[in-house]
Amino acid sequence: MKEHERFEEKNPMEGFLRMDRIPHIWCPGCGIGTVVSSFASALRKSEIDLNKVCVVSGIGCTGRVAGYIKLDSFHSTHGRAIPFATGLKLANPELKVVVFSGDGDIVGIGGNHFIHAARRNMDILVICVNNFNYAMTGGQVAATTPILANLSTAPFGNYEYPFSLPYLADACGATYVARWTALHLRRVTMAIQEAFQKKGFSFIEVITPCVTLYARRNRLGDGLNILKYYYENSEIQHGADTRTVDISYQGKIIVGKFVDREKPTFLSCMNEHLSKVLGDKYQRYGE
Amino acid sequence: MIHFGDLKAKKGQIHINKDRCKGCGFCVEYCPRDVLELSEEFNIKGYHPPLIKKEEECCYCQLCEAICPEYAIFVTLKKEEEEGEKSESRP
Amino acid sequence: MKADPKGVLTGAHYLDGDFSIAEGALAAGCRFFAGYPITPSTETAERFAERIPYVGGVFIQMEDEIASIAAMIGASWAGKKAMTVTSGPGFSLMMENIGLACMMETPIVIANVQRGGPSTGLPTLTGQQDMMQVRWGSHGDYEIIALSPDSPQECFNLTIEAFNLSEIYRVPAFIMTDECVGHMHEKVVIPPAEEIELVERKWYEGPKDKYLPYKPDKDLVPFMIKAGDGYRFHTTGLTHDERGYPVINAECQNICVPRLVDKIKKNADKIIKYEEDQIDNAEVVVVSYGITSRVSIKAVQEARKKGIKVGTLRLVVVWPFPEKRIHDLARKIKAFVVPEINYGQIIYEVERCAAGQAPAFHVPHCGGWVHDPDDILKVIKEAAK
Repeated sequence: MKEHERFEEKNPMEGFLRMDRIPHIWCPGCGIGTVVSSFASALRKSEIDLNKVCVVSGIGCTGRVAGYIKLDSFHSTHGRAIPFATGLKLANPELKVVVFSGDGDIVGIGGNHFIHAARRNMDILVICVNNFNYAMTGGQVAATTPILANLSTAPFGNYEYPFSLPYLADACGATYVARWTALHLRRVTMAIQEAFQKKGFSFIEVITPCVTLYARRNRLGDGLNILKYYYENSEIQHGADTRTVDISYQGKIIVGKFVDREKPTFLSCMNEHLSKVLGDKYQRYGE
Repeated sequence: MIHFGDLKAKKGQIHINKDRCKGCGFCVEYCPRDVLELSEEFNIKGYHPPLIKKEEECCYCQLCEAICPEYAIFVTLKKEEEEGEKSESRP
Repeated sequence: MKADPKGVLTGAHYLDGDFSIAEGALAAGCRFFAGYPITPSTETAERFAERIPYVGGVFIQMEDEIASIAAMIGASWAGKKAMTVTSGPGFSLMMENIGLACMMETPIVIANVQRGGPSTGLPTLTGQQDMMQVRWGSHGDYEIIALSPDSPQECFNLTIEAFNLSEIYRVPAFIMTDECVGHMHEKVVIPPAEEIELVERKWYEGPKDKYLPYKPDKDLVPFMIKAGDGYRFHTTGLTHDERGYPVINAECQNICVPRLVDKIKKNADKIIKYEEDQIDNAEVVVVSYGITSRVSIKAVQEARKKGIKVGTLRLVVVWPFPEKRIHDLARKIKAFVVPEINYGQIIYEVERCAAGQAPAFHVPHCGGWVHDPDDILKVIKEAAK
């Protein structure tokens, strides 16, 4: 047996990835692979029944995650991962549904679905890998691109105001909001574990290097430089007011767990309310 | 009573899948013991995979394994240590 | 299998078309509804919202039609029968995800209570202007099944049939009704649950590690499973191979896509349904569907009184289209007359299938109201010359 094949048997990621599709398509120095590793560690540590975990992705670089993870995974249309996940969760409340998608997919085209799922406190976990651009299509400006950044559809610099994703999630009613960078490996893992324990809409933003596009066009170096830069420029402020955590061009990145509150989910609200109004005639759902 | 003298640092055995590596350098940079460095050789895709400089220094922190975006490196507990201690859950 | 009695409102009722669609869905075992209000289909959503707490299931009003259909596809993959209703503008919004449902081979049912178009058009008035869109609306090559009820009773019956067909062929099935039928109140008889035949998707029952999500069975339809059962499958909107993994090349495309079309085309004989009347020695055949078929009855009766040998062919299943029947009829008759509440849609299919052997006369009406039977009669007379 070649050393390569013997390697496969012991690699701890092997049970978790579709090894017949590895190596993946992400660029050298891309942080998405690292985020997937952190996710795998979180799954291992929380001892969840992996048969009940579903991953839904949209379109884009991060959207390819569903194709590599060996769980029930769905690669849906651009921006529609969150309603797809809503359908999965409501149809079978035992499932633990994770939306793993990029910033352009979740808050660009999928913005409407994001705010409503957060508003309803749908019991899903959204992991948003934020690389500040639409990478798969060649590096176009996105809703999260900082002002002054240079991208292919803003070749003279971006002049549009970006979203502050934690602020958006908090304002819409999410019950768990955190932001980390890809290098905060174990904190990302812990955040995912905490989010798994919570019921309600959990949102974790992971700032990730995009070497081939964002970093190259903005002279931020290669994967290592940009990862170091994100990590060194990040400041942990747990519980910070989400109104103050926006990211400016080449500025400080505030990370940490910003929101952690309890609120009844959509299904529990539905069950409680209809039981109160209809009494015994109501068929309780999903319990 | 705790005897600090009896505690032994863990030692790790590093496994590298050279051909899957894309030479990003994360593992080299972030190893807390500087165990790795980028080699001069090329792998099948033309990247420089890491090489193990000082394996004895590896303390089984598994940071390289957690950070590698290509899943090309992982660390196992060295055989002689496994009997003496209970192995903890992987970080 | 038989229907679940909890969802079947057995008895004789006075319902409108929209309500009948909701009752049909509940009788068919639909327990997930995601919709968005749009005239003239809102009543179906309202009825479902009122009934589902007693039957057991989920009703959710989503933020738009795109979210509705995405949620339905997710719910179907979690094992539930799912439905939505909409009208023209919402239908257009759903197109991308209809393509996704076709590519992922997901059974779902969508009812389109058509209204005057294009764009916002006539929200409260009837039309039949989405008949081509239901077949060709999304990008790419695919086939769907579309039925056209002509009464509230048929709304009930055909909704159950739509669910059965979508489950058998793992394809989106559409109920193409219109505002007239949707808002028309008539007697609807709902049979007892034991008399309602239901079909569920072909569940896979073999060893988990040998499961291939898109390996077709003899009828070209693959076996299905649902999320949460430990199959660890992957499904995608990208062109994929039998494992469900994306493969981006021409060879895979030429295996994956033709099967999506063929599974309906090759089984078309089992799906096609139409009703004929006095067609055997007819000279003129009136081809119609939905509410227009009821309006043409008057015109046909008048024409027969005048001695014209008129037969009628009412399309119950509009897509797949009964190509062979039209082709055979075209050889024997003088002409077709196609009244429809649009400016020309199914007429083109009739012309195509007639292949020049008999002309097809159109009776257009852009929407807003049904035809005047005299207009149809005029065209029948002209066709008979």
